[in-house]
Amino acid sequence: MSLPPFDYVVTEYGPVVLRVCRALLPLHDAEDAAGDAFLAALEAYPRLRVDSDIKAWLVTIAHRKALDVLRRRARHATPVSDVPELPHGGEPVVADERLWQTLRGLPEKQRQAVAYHYIADLAYAEVGTIMGTTEAAARRNAADGIKALRRDYPFTTAKQEVTP
Amino acid sequence: MTELERWLTGSTDTAGPAMERLRARLTTEAQERNLLDVAYRTVDTPVGSLLLAATPAGLVRVAYTREDHDAVLDTLARRISPRVLRAPARLDDVARQLDDYFAHRRHGFDLQVDLRLASGFRRTVLEHLSDVDYGRTVSYAELAAEVGNPRAVRAVGTACATNPVPVVIPCHRVVRSDGTPGEYVGGAEIKRTLLNFEHTG
Repeated sequence: MSLPPFDYVVTEYGPVVLRVCRALLPLHDAEDAAGDAFLAALEAYPRLRVDSDIKAWLVTIAHRKALDVLRRRARHATPVSDVPELPHGGEPVVADERLWQTLRGLPEKQRQAVAYHYIADLAYAEVGTIMGTTEAAARRNAADGIKALRRDYPFTTAKQEVTP
Repeated sequence: MTELERWLTGSTDTAGPAMERLRARLTTEAQERNLLDVAYRTVDTPVGSLLLAATPAGLVRVAYTREDHDAVLDTLARRISPRVLRAPARLDDVARQLDDYFAHRRHGFDLQVDLRLASGFRRTVLEHLSDVDYGRTVSYAELAAEVGNPRAVRAVGTACATNPVPVVIPCHRVVRSDGTPGEYVGGAEIKRTLLNFEHTG
């Protein structure tokens, strides 16, 4: 057994890492963090143990890179706008943005627990390890976060009205 | 699973444009930081889709579809480095020269070739092969004599069969002593196609 070509890792896990970062950061910063994470992963990849859980490894790196971006932001005290940010190149405006905003508005621990358990589909034990907390705390944070999201979820049905 | 959970896992989402930006940035920065150990792309040619792979030292692999491109990439990851990324721009020059070759605009290749996947006698054979000009052929026996080992006809055959950079190093120009094409890494049919093609060009 050996490590698959890194390109496979990008194809297979790129979308989930992007979504995890989007749950943690505004869109533009999210893509930066995901890019930083994949570059760091590429650098370290040859030293990864063959039997490692590649997704958990990537989410752990993304977690650190997202914290780096948040710290940089705080240092430069740039006001973080939460107006829907759209990248150049014209991706369609999606009502989903409302849900992303709610997710990013959650307390940090809840946001992380939801991202790692529900978006990345990692077990609570793994989520706890990444967050530096216990499995029980991770589970509690995810449950509280999901409850808050559920209150806001009906907003995404607005998608039907904006999509022709 | 609730609708909200489905939304979170992204099963209704396509991250297409964001993935393209992620890939573009990764390949650029990987190259700047010397982390692009193996770059690859495919090109469409009259003999099918060819996989091209390069290390910083040069073109390291050309593979026909019958070799299974995914399997070839797995082998490159194992034998060279797992830092393998699709990076078409890195292989633009190779792709252009192959285009020219298949359009009869070019008879030889002017490329850096990394022969690390061939060693010893096989490598010696491949190095000699570059001297067999476009449109010419040489027999396995003649090539064995040329590399100074006339009895090693079978080993010359093996060297050709395991040529990591077919087309660019023209192992298709090595034929049987009776003039029939013989075996080829891309299949006997493709060997005939290439020889006819060079004969008419």
